[in-house]
Amino acid sequence: MRPGLLPLEDGGYTPPGVDDFKFGAAFAGFPDWINKPFLQAVIGALLVILLWWWASRRLKTKPGKGQFLAEYVYEFVRNGIARDILHHDFRRFLPYLVGLFSFILVNNWFGELFLFMYPTFSNVGYAYGLAILSWLIYVGAGFKKFGFGFLRRSLIPEGVPPYLLPLIIPLEFLATFITRPVTLALRLFANLFAGHLVVVVFVVGGGYLLTVQDNLFYNVAGGVSLLFSIIILFLELFIGALQAYIFTVLTAQYVSTSISEAH
Amino acid sequence: MVPAFGVLQEIDLGPLAPHYLSEIIVGIVLMLLIFVVMWKFIVPAFEKMYEERSNQIEGGMQRAAAAEAKAEAALAEYNAQLSTAREEAARIREDAKNSGAQILAEARDKAAKESARILESGRTQLEAERSQLILQLRGEVGGLATTLAGKIVGESLTDDERANRTVDAFLAELETSGSVR
Repeated sequence: MRPGLLPLEDGGYTPPGVDDFKFGAAFAGFPDWINKPFLQAVIGALLVILLWWWASRRLKTKPGKGQFLAEYVYEFVRNGIARDILHHDFRRFLPYLVGLFSFILVNNWFGELFLFMYPTFSNVGYAYGLAILSWLIYVGAGFKKFGFGFLRRSLIPEGVPPYLLPLIIPLEFLATFITRPVTLALRLFANLFAGHLVVVVFVVGGGYLLTVQDNLFYNVAGGVSLLFSIIILFLELFIGALQAYIFTVLTAQYVSTSISEAH
Repeated sequence: MVPAFGVLQEIDLGPLAPHYLSEIIVGIVLMLLIFVVMWKFIVPAFEKMYEERSNQIEGGMQRAAAAEAKAEAALAEYNAQLSTAREEAARIREDAKNSGAQILAEARDKAAKESARILESGRTQLEAERSQLILQLRGEVGGLATTLAGKIVGESLTDDERANRTVDAFLAELETSGSVR
């Protein structure tokens, strides 16, 4: 074996790629779409519901330790996101925002949970689903408040000279109704997808290098790479929380621009 | 891969195409489920608790405000009492000063009267003693003079009536010369 070349030459190594994100049926006899991400999404949703239900039982005005933690998360979304962005309207959108934040957070952290080791939203379909819901909510909120005036409000910014309108209206339409949900979904998906791919590269590649025979350099490099994957996992914990936060903040922000009185 | 959108069928979206259309639906359904639970149960429970907590805090603040008002009232009362007491003390001091001065004046007056009285009575007594003394002296001087004169002029002056006249004349002369001097 020639030193300095990738162990691809051995023929035994397949680099991690898009195919690692495809799963077949979780149980024999079930349709293909009942796969690992599906189960994770269902478990994540149930976990969110159960945890919040458990936290909301017997809430006391003087909180205990568990309630303190639950309140911390709740107030993070309530005061830090919803109230800051939506001001006096925030209570109507609070259930969606709290649910959205916790659902994304739990599913993102599944990528670092040893039971799953896979973030659900690195499957783009789930991210599309949430983006469509957020789109429906901020567009619906605008139509509910202003009727069809919402279209005029969102497509024609104030103070634009009439001769620019043929240019502005398509651009505003694109920005408000197309790119917002697409970027919302792709941002979440791409972060989680790339993060998971990086982890897989370090783990699979490191594992392979570690087991190459008669090459100490490869073995050491493989060990370092495995250790490094742990650090990447911690980074992924942070990115998972950050993306959950960003998705929630942007949803609130879009709702806020839809229902604000003035542009 | 299930064809997701008719138009997009032609383009290979790679990982951007959902593996199954069901993923989108499952994502929406699960999120709606979470939303309903949040909306019906969890957010109301938390908001109710926050309401109760803020009520309690407001109640506490009201109690604190009441206690503060009470303390302020007590302080005002105390200050009022203190100033009253100060005024009273000043008044008493003033009175004491006045009455002290009065007593002093009275005492001085009394002492002056007493001393005047003593002086007067002394003077009167002195006067009386003096006149008595003069009277006595007059007799004695007369006797002495007559005796002396008798001795000088012989027995002729034993005639009392004449002797007395002479003595009286002498004394009268003595008095006038004394008073002139």
